[in-house]
Order: sequence, then C-alpha cells, then structure tokens
Amino acid sequence: MDPTKKTLQPYVTGSSVLAIKYNEGIIVAADTLGSYGSLARFTDLQRMSKVTNHTLIGGSGDISDLQQIQKTVESLILENTGFKKDEEPLTPKEIQQYISRVMYNRRSRFDPLWNHIIVAGYQNNESFLGAVDIFGTFYEDNTIASGFGAYFAQPLLRKGYKEDLTKDEAIDLIKTCLKVLFYRDARTINKFQIAEVSEGGITISDPFELETHWEIADWQEGHL
Amino acid sequence: MQLIQQSKQESLPKSKEINQPQFFPYTNNQGSCLGICGEKFAVLATDTRMSMGYSIVTRNATKYLKLTDKCVLVSSGMQADIETLHKILKARLTIYQNQHQKPMSTPAISHLLSRTLYYRRFFPLYTFNVLGGIDEDGKGCVFSYDAIGTLERVRYSASGSGSALIEPILDNQVGFKNRGDITDKTGFLEEDEVVELAKDTLTSTCERDIFTGDFVHIFVVNENGVREEKFELRFD
Amino acid sequence: MFRTQYDSDVTTFSPQGRLHQIEYAMEAVKQGSTAIGLKSETHAIVVTLLRSSSDLSSYQQKIFKVDENIGIAIAGLTADARVLLKYMQNETLNHKYVFESPMSVEKLVSQIADKSQIHTQRYGKRPYGVGLLVIGHDKSGVHLFETSPSGNYFNYYAQAIGSRAQSAKTYLEKNFENFKKLSLDDLIFHGLTAIKESSSKEVLTKDNCSVGIVGVDTPFKFLEKDKLEKFLERVQPQDDLDDMDLNNDNQMNID
Repeated sequence: MDPTKKTLQPYVTGSSVLAIKYNEGIIVAADTLGSYGSLARFTDLQRMSKVTNHTLIGGSGDISDLQQIQKTVESLILENTGFKKDEEPLTPKEIQQYISRVMYNRRSRFDPLWNHIIVAGYQNNESFLGAVDIFGTFYEDNTIASGFGAYFAQPLLRKGYKEDLTKDEAIDLIKTCLKVLFYRDARTINKFQIAEVSEGGITISDPFELETHWEIADWQEGHL
Repeated sequence: MQLIQQSKQESLPKSKEINQPQFFPYTNNQGSCLGICGEKFAVLATDTRMSMGYSIVTRNATKYLKLTDKCVLVSSGMQADIETLHKILKARLTIYQNQHQKPMSTPAISHLLSRTLYYRRFFPLYTFNVLGGIDEDGKGCVFSYDAIGTLERVRYSASGSGSALIEPILDNQVGFKNRGDITDKTGFLEEDEVVELAKDTLTSTCERDIFTGDFVHIFVVNENGVREEKFELRFD
Repeated sequence: MFRTQYDSDVTTFSPQGRLHQIEYAMEAVKQGSTAIGLKSETHAIVVTLLRSSSDLSSYQQKIFKVDENIGIAIAGLTADARVLLKYMQNETLNHKYVFESPMSVEKLVSQIADKSQIHTQRYGKRPYGVGLLVIGHDKSGVHLFETSPSGNYFNYYAQAIGSRAQSAKTYLEKNFENFKKLSLDDLIFHGLTAIKESSSKEVLTKDNCSVGIVGVDTPFKFLEKDKLEKFLERVQPQDDLDDMDLNNDNQMNID
C-alpha cells in the first residue's frame, strides 16, 4: 500500500472516554471536543454512538477513524439482521471481538485505526464493559478509561467502584472525574455527554456543562 | 546502462517515503508464565495482570488456553498477538479433530505451536509461550519457546516479565541445581509440592516485578484431565 | 422413453417454467436412506437409517458433527454432503475466529442455501444431490432446518427426508404437537418410532441406526450404542421382533 495513505499520526483527536458499571447497567461519558493538535477545532462532536439496542461504542483518538469504525459496525449489524427478523442481534461481546479483529488486522498492515474504543452493553440481564486499543488488544473490566482518563480518572473510578453502586452514585463519580479531566487535560472542554446503558436500552444525554471554579488559581504563586 | 539509471530513478522517491516515521506495531502487556512437569503430570501457571506502560489496564486478563484435556498453553507478551495465536491454535485443533476424529497429542501440539510461530518469522507474534501437559505415554511434559518458534522440551520453564526471577528458583527447586543434599538430580516432585512451589514462586516474583500480580491461574494436567485453580497475588 | 429437451442443462427453463436438472437433484435426495429430525424446546435430534453398499461393507455414516452446537443428517449423495460438511465446519470456525461465539444456525443454513442456489443458475454447474437436516442450538433457541438442492431452506418442528420419508412424516405430523415439552428420552423414542414407520421390513439395530443430539447445555453428540440398544428394545418389543426376524430369515433363504 502507498505509504502516503496510512495514518501515521492522528489528526483530529478526541480525548478521554470514561465508563463504569453500576448495579443496573453502565454509565459512559465523554466530552464533545475534536482537537486539531492544540486547536479546539470541532466542539460539538458526539464520540459515543448506539450501534444496537443493547450496545454503545465510544472512542478516543482519531475522530475520522472512529467514525469509520462506527460505520463498519453499523453495516455489520445491518448485514446480520437483514430479512431474518427473529435473529438475535450481535451481543456486546461479539461486537467487541469483531472490532478487535478489525483493529488487529489494520495494525498488522501497519495501517492502524488510531483509537481506543470502549464497548458498553446490556443484554440478557448482564452488563458488559470492554475496550479495544490501536493494536487490537482487548479487555473487560468494571471501570475503563481511555486517553488521559487512564491516568487521571481510572484511579478515582476504581476507588469509587463497588458492586452495588447506584446509578446516581455512578453519575456523580463520573462527573467528578470529568471535572478533574477538564481541569488538568488541556484537550478536554467543559461540554460533556453522559450515556446510560441499561435494561431500558441506551440513552445519550444532550451536551451539558459542569460547574467549575478557577478563582482559586489567584492564590497560586506565579499565576497572573 | 539505461536500465540501471531507470531503476535508480525509481528507487529515489521510494527511499524518501521509507524515511517517514513508521507506526510501531508492537506493545508489551507483560505478565509471567511458568510450567513445571512431574512424572505423570504438568503444572502451568500465569498471572492475570495486564499492563500498558506503567498502567494496569485490567487485573483479570486471561493468558491461557486449554487446548485439549491433556494440554494447556500459557503465554505472556503482547495480548493482541497472544489472542491471535490462541485463536489460530484453537481453529487448527478443531480442524485436526474434524479430520482425525481424535484430539491432537501434546507433543504434536508442541510442534504445531512452533510452526505457527515460525510462520511469522519476519513479522513475529510477540508472545512468550510455555506449553505443558501429558504426552501419549502419560508422562508429564513442558515445552519452552521463543517468539519465533524455537522449541525445546524441558522439565520446567518460565517466560515473561518475571522470568528472570522465576527461572533461578526453579533451577534450584525443580532442577536441583547447587543442591548438595540431593544426589538424584533426575527425580520429580509430587503434584501438591509443585502446585505449592508455583504459588510461592509467583508470590515472590510479584514482590519485585511490578508487572506481575493480582491473581494466578494454575492448571494441573494429569491423567484425570485439567484442574484449574485461582490464587491471589499482591494487588499493588 | 420420451425425454424432454429441456433437462440437459441447469440454466434452461422448460416451457412449463421448471428446471428439470434441479428436480432430478431433488430425486437424488429421495433415493437416499431415511433421515428424520425433530425438536423439543430444549433439544433437537436427528435419527437416520443406515445402509451398507453390500453385506461385506460397513454402514455409511449419515450424521455428522459440524460444531459444538450444530449437527447434520444427510440424504442423497454422501460425497456431495461431505463437501457441504467441510464448508459448514469451515464457516463455523471462521465465525468463532471473528466473534468468539458459536454461529447462529439459521445464518449457517442460509449460507448453505445461497451456495446451493449458485449451482442452480450457473452454466456448467451441477446442483448438489443431497438434502440436509440441520439441527442446532444458539442464542435464539433450538432449531431444525431442512436444506435442499434447489437452494430452498425451511424451518421445521419435525421433518423426514429420503426414501420412504412419507410414512415417517405421517407419524411426525400426527405427533409433533406434543414434542414441544418432551424430555430428551421421549424425543429419541419418538424419533426411533418414526424411523421404524419408514422401515417396515427392516429390523432396527444399534448398527443400522444412528441418533445425533444437540440442545441446551448439550453439545452435539451421538447417542451411545448401548443406550441406543435400550431405546430400540422399547421401540420394537421382542414379540414383534421375533416375527420380523422370521421374515428376514425367510428372505435370506430365498436369496
């Protein structure tokens, strides 16, 4: 393949995606920014999308690659539904495995999809939370954070996670993490979306802002 | 003469392209594996920690593959390559089963693994494997590999991030190296002794190796099949 | 004998709108020995009557395992069936490689149908001379399908294919409404009874009968010979057998 057609570095990028399981499902969150280097280029992007009635995928990294993956998965689902109406849709686990194969094949061709994908699903009274990275590495966990979230949010999520976490607790915890990320990650803006994956299906909230305080910075030595 | 010139012209822009930064397709997710064989059994163990850089991405990774009732594979290295290798082996064993109506023997699997790794000699699967089980005679066996398929039948082996810490312990405890008290260096340990040794060895390893920890999966392969145990390690 | 000129190639319709080559292929299925399939809510089974090409040969296998969750019974050309079997085994393997989960039965069956269809429309191709009963279990439940050389496939509660399938079908039609709640043992009993209906003269033995089972928490397996023998004792009480044995002896004497 022509080397000029490969993704050698990501261009428009999305930052962290956070996810945590709670007692009746999963909460996933991300901001809406697509950065072009350090430029806040696109400020109203949705980085999480519903691919079946039970499964949501979210991702950080190159936005165009992410949208490509979303399309690939959507057409896969379409292929597998077709005229056979009774046919059970693909499970979240199957979708994760499929994405992992796509990512692994692309990395093996030295033409990776530059993303860290988070797959969240709820099917047959069971929640599924997994991730796939640029190499095709995949794993499942109770809490997952991609991008800078792996350093800033993951420790907080792990600390706050417990088996019987309620939805409100989970949302509060996620919001705290988003706030920390907004304060410290320069590629995050104060415009977030929270998705809920549960028995009732998938809902992705409208973008909202979190209350932040910067006045304390005046006390900081050297701050103008 | 003209041909040479032409080819030179053609090669010029190519070398320019090659100088572009290339995507590096490998990562190491770390982790340790070990295998010890007894007279009529083999014990294999691997931890469940998966790391990316200095982050722990999950404490519950599975790096093993139960191939048959007589054979288990444990692997460390790059998780994506490990999974791919495991998928290939699973498929190959199913094809073998379909064609021969019997499972593949452990020594045959050891060669299949070697060939599968060597097939990717020039774009290796970044995996460090220990294969073990019982052979056709019911004797315990362990096979040690490098990433490109070099194969050796051994009495014990370790691979992965903690291998440098595990190997000397096994040398002493299983290989009876530097043991004045033991004259018969060809003897085997008993099954429960080996299981305890595997646990102790990995517990010690994760004291010093930050990439090993969380849990251990232990597999005991003997004439009754494969027995699985899970054992806790340090969480930090 | 009169022969129509529209049957020498698969791609030409007869003036009546029929494709004779395909109908002949379906005849090949009818020539094969009987295979029947039936299912309850928890299990699906296939039962076959085996033939041997001579007294000196072994019986031809008619039931095959495709994957842990899928099995087939065949009627027609065994050689063609083996091609399809290999294809099915390969497809289930591929599915597992990509999705790390067992393949859906209907998806596999529809792929077989698509494959068969190609052989009904391409010049120089010969349709498969085999019909399959596919049993399987997946996340949408327990299934029984029939595929045929024409590229059609059907979903069944119970079905019989092959020679003298009609008498087995009659039995199944009479009883299929009760199958839903049956235990595996009763299902096998009905299966063997149905096959007995279509083999009025032949005595069923553990060697000329074969049963394949799949279901919830039951990976595909063959019914063991000793268990099969016990079922056969229930299906054909000893008194009946004595009569039939006599008949058989007579036949052999005549030969």
